[in-house]
Amino acid sequence: MPATKHTLVALVENKPGVLNRVASLFRRRGFNIESIAVGPCETPQLSRMTIVVDGATTMVEQVRKQLDKVIDVVRVSDITDEEIVARELALLKVKATSATRSEIIQIVDIFRANIVDVANDSVTVEVTGDEDKINSLTNLLRGFGIKEVARTGRIAMLRGGPGPIVPEAPANGRGRREPEREAPG
Amino acid sequence: MKMSGGQIVCECLIKEGVDLVFGILGGAILPLYDVLPQYPQIHHVLVRHEQGAAHAADGYARATGKVGVCFATSGPGATNLVTGIANANLDSVPVVAITGQVARPFIGKDAFQEVDITGITLPITKHNYLVTDAGSIARTIKEAFFLARTGRPGPVLVDIPRDVFIEEAEFHYPTKVNLPGYKPVLHGHPAQIKKAVKLINEAQRPLIIAGRGVIISGAYDQFRYLAETAQVPVVTTLLGIGCFPESHVLSYGMVGMHGMAYANMAVNNADLIIAIGMRFDDRATAKVAGFAPSAKIIHIDIDPAEIGKNVRVDVPIVGDVKEVLDELNRTIAKTEHVDWITQMDAWRREHPVTVVKDGGGLIPQFVIRQIYEVTKGETLVVTGVGQHQMWAAQHYWYDRPNSFISSGGLGTMGFGLPASLGVKMGRPGETVWCIDGDGSFQMTLHELATVVQEKAAIKIAIIDNGYLGMPRQWQELLYAKRYVASRLIGPDFVKLAEAYGIPALRVTRREEVTAAIERAMAEPGPFLIDFMVEPEENVYPMVPPGAALTEVLEEPKPLAKALADSGRLPNV
Repeated sequence: MPATKHTLVALVENKPGVLNRVASLFRRRGFNIESIAVGPCETPQLSRMTIVVDGATTMVEQVRKQLDKVIDVVRVSDITDEEIVARELALLKVKATSATRSEIIQIVDIFRANIVDVANDSVTVEVTGDEDKINSLTNLLRGFGIKEVARTGRIAMLRGGPGPIVPEAPANGRGRREPEREAPG
Repeated sequence: MKMSGGQIVCECLIKEGVDLVFGILGGAILPLYDVLPQYPQIHHVLVRHEQGAAHAADGYARATGKVGVCFATSGPGATNLVTGIANANLDSVPVVAITGQVARPFIGKDAFQEVDITGITLPITKHNYLVTDAGSIARTIKEAFFLARTGRPGPVLVDIPRDVFIEEAEFHYPTKVNLPGYKPVLHGHPAQIKKAVKLINEAQRPLIIAGRGVIISGAYDQFRYLAETAQVPVVTTLLGIGCFPESHVLSYGMVGMHGMAYANMAVNNADLIIAIGMRFDDRATAKVAGFAPSAKIIHIDIDPAEIGKNVRVDVPIVGDVKEVLDELNRTIAKTEHVDWITQMDAWRREHPVTVVKDGGGLIPQFVIRQIYEVTKGETLVVTGVGQHQMWAAQHYWYDRPNSFISSGGLGTMGFGLPASLGVKMGRPGETVWCIDGDGSFQMTLHELATVVQEKAAIKIAIIDNGYLGMPRQWQELLYAKRYVASRLIGPDFVKLAEAYGIPALRVTRREEVTAAIERAMAEPGPFLIDFMVEPEENVYPMVPPGAALTEVLEEPKPLAKALADSGRLPNV
């Protein structure tokens, strides 16, 4: 089954207003964004954005091309069909009493998650993984009562390989895009 | 040498070859205006509203292929540019807008005449900048001009705070730009070119749909070579008019909502569409689902994001039209399509849309045709937006390159007069006719003062029907003649022109038309003619909104009947 959720990675210039340009583009073109995560990358003047788009509701190829048109966006690629490592981090604040705390800790251990804060009536759990893992843990903890959830959205990277998110253009002076890959329609 | 920010802006403009700027001054941009007299090579045209500055810069850019420049102050000055910038953006016109901003310490404080113009224009510019120190003005303006004119052209706005104009910095104009995220693809992919050539050589019923990309790229010769060698009939979009001589045997006029019936029929029956420098706008395609049902589509465009955006494409070629056509032409075979062209000629005979009926009252089509006859087609036509624009597109034959200048994508009423000013100032040796509607003209008529001030010898033809004609036509045809708010009481345009110092005539009968146009042509300066035309004349052919190109309606009766037959309710 083809994945409907697409992971796009964009390297953007680390300048004021770039996030606004990207967000404005999504709004204007009616693109549905599941998540967007932004942070520094290996090159100081660039930032890295990981964007998850639902392919069922949004034309992913248009998202990629429109993003590429933004002058401050240096490079974009859809890495959905590549071998990737994808992770998300979540913080879950769960209601806990002396009676339930040890059960919560057991569940957290099974998920290789961590308790990062303990209070009288709650514990805060830090969990890293793909969305499925975070969703499963959230579902399991829901029975205890979840007070607060914070999630980062997906970040992703190609497995192995040379490093940059996409191979550079073939050195034939024909640009960096392979027009044959343009999806018809 | 140290210079003020204002001086640096002027030095940059000179380096970019700018000798003409349209604008209006105001508090935040005063320090720039203060140094303008030090640069007499830059002629500043004081317009009467900033929208006029943006349209004039736009018209100048379209007519010359150079970057048009406009100035405005902060706040309302900048927001008044917005319509003009959006217009340039949708039609891919290279314009650089320089706006004053409140001084840096006041930014974000809702200061007097402060607006976030970079935020406001973000979705309607190719790129924009807020300059935060005088030392980065030169690099920014270099980038702005580079971005505006290369790749798919478009407007770039540079917002400069008042105190940055005053701040001093060293001036060095960079020779190169550093834009790692901007690399327009110019050459077509060889494998795609090969596929396209194969399709063209094998096609039985090929058709070229050409857009303004051909004009922007200056690919007239390459385009003509392709059409003639492969014997492919040519139709154009509204803005593609002027990319190929309309009297050429292979030219079949304009497609789309008000395109020629035979052009639309050709699209419906073609087995190959070669779309060149156009973007499948909904006014050109009509209902996408019914567009070119039996055709494969080759799409040549410099903007990869246009490929597959509106219409499925079989062979996309991303690149500059001129480069791509050069590459295509190298291997294109000499072909003939006698049957197909015979068929198209038959359609043209059966659906003679460009015939102007004899006798009767003064109709707009007759006026446009007479302008063509009297000027022998040797004029640049600039239009506003509305019925008159469609008649000007249909009933004048544009044989000369880039001789039709009009607002396509945004459909900006009021574009005509200020754009004519920019066109005339960009190509002063040409005769410029501004064909406008009474509604469209009234949106920017204050620029008559600028026309007089600049002694710009523009000939203005107002197609005066006392209505906002295009919406009235829709109300007549789609809303059971409920003319809500479309009746327009105009001023006496002749007296109005005279008040501005422009000689003018009123024409109410067919017999007076030729003499009036000749009179206008004889006048060394600007001249205005108010053509009082039949008020309820409609633009035909017409593809009703939401219909496919096949549902082209050519005369009032069949249209009413077709609407009744289909039980269609207006949905727009």
